Amino acid sequence: MSSVRVLAGTKKGAFILTSDGKREQWKVSSPHFAGWEMYHVKGSPVDPDRIYAPQSSSWFGQIIQRSNDGGKTWSIPGGEKIPEPGEFPPGEANKFIYEGEVHTHKWYDGTQHPWEFKRVWHLEPSLTDPDFVYAGVEDAGLFKTTDGGKSWKELPGLRSAKGSLWQPGAGGMCLHTIIVDPTNPRRIFVAISAAGAFRTDDAGETWQPINRGLKSAYEIPDPDAQVGHCVHRMAMHPSRPSVLFMQKHWDVMRSDNAGDMWHEVSGNLPTDFGFPIDVHAHEPETIYVVPITSDSEHFPPEGKLRVYRSRTGGNEWEALTKGLPQQDCYVNVLRDAMAVDTLDSCGIYFGTTGGQVYVSADSGDSWKPIVRDLPAVLSVEVQTLP
Amino acid sequence: MIRVVLPFHLRNLARVNEEVLLDAGTPATLESVLDTLERSYPALRGTIRDHATQQRRPFVRFFACKEDLSHEPPGFELPSAVATGAEPLFIIGAMAGG
Repeated sequence: MSSVRVLAGTKKGAFILTSDGKREQWKVSSPHFAGWEMYHVKGSPVDPDRIYAPQSSSWFGQIIQRSNDGGKTWSIPGGEKIPEPGEFPPGEANKFIYEGEVHTHKWYDGTQHPWEFKRVWHLEPSLTDPDFVYAGVEDAGLFKTTDGGKSWKELPGLRSAKGSLWQPGAGGMCLHTIIVDPTNPRRIFVAISAAGAFRTDDAGETWQPINRGLKSAYEIPDPDAQVGHCVHRMAMHPSRPSVLFMQKHWDVMRSDNAGDMWHEVSGNLPTDFGFPIDVHAHEPETIYVVPITSDSEHFPPEGKLRVYRSRTGGNEWEALTKGLPQQDCYVNVLRDAMAVDTLDSCGIYFGTTGGQVYVSADSGDSWKPIVRDLPAVLSVEVQTLP
Repeated sequence: MIRVVLPFHLRNLARVNEEVLLDAGTPATLESVLDTLERSYPALRGTIRDHATQQRRPFVRFFACKEDLSHEPPGFELPSAVATGAEPLFIIGAMAGG
């Protein structure tokens, strides 16, 4: 019988939540990397027992961890032991160095500021090679490893896409979304907070901003600018890689031509501010968002936690409330904290800054908490296991 | 041998108990101790000093003999009590309020 493994990254460690395919009874692990901020934990699609986790702290920086046994044990790739002469140099797994001359981007005061690595926000393992992983980092850049995380190399072409104009928002200038076209691995989409969305068609050598149609009337001086839009999250269904969905700072957007042009599909949402967006595993026109009151009030409207589902690819939305708190709820759901499994009855998962992880085993019709009292949840991924 | 006391999280990363013993050469300096520590425990590379700049991370402190050595230059020669192992060098995660 199939089972699921939920990988929850929190402000104070990572947790692994497991269940059989019914998704009714859950086992919650003790914390992995207790005390560390876990911005993301994600497994390889081709080897689900290979899991990557970037742990970080304000004190001791960024550490890359890897498990080869489904999260039971972890080690730092290449950092396990003192190498013999001629072996791979130790301690490179945590080394994220921008390529070439370190250029500058726009700083909060409008001056130019050099790129400074802070942490990994998102890891995207390859669809075909368990040793190949992309990493999205703050200050915004894209790195890759081809040796299972032992060493990382930047794809600097991204920062040439008008990088001098990028400016961090309040949450930092992070690259948080990486989507590889499953039909063409040379095509990659990324999104950067307060810079926008970008696409490469040559495996990361060159990039172009794909922000036409986005409008940011109250966030940037030119609402139609080529870069500077605060994209919170993008999502794609693997069967239709040219259709992209986006939760922007404000506005839910859709593109039917791989980002060449976007149009708004916020429709009847109570507010179109929010962070995550995701697509049903079997219905490419069914999408999910969690509306948040505003950029000034990061909690659900009216204290009611509601996931909204559109079965029409946007514009027409229905509130999903069964099993979710409908009074006195003031949590947030962060950009990487929603995921879907691929069981026949598609499961939807999300985590909150209040420490709850919710599951719906029926495509969102009803919900229940898997766990209620974790540290603030930063990310949720799910693995569907045979 | 020089005794180095690591903070909780770095002990976990290096998989060691509270104190590690290092032969950091003569004279022993902050830099030679950190170089030796990172060679012996590669998992710690980048956690005490930034990978790119080799500068001490802002929230890491070096204490020894009741003195704060955090702002001393890399070539600073450690006190003889530390060099002889009579006193440890403490690597500390700085206090953070809130």
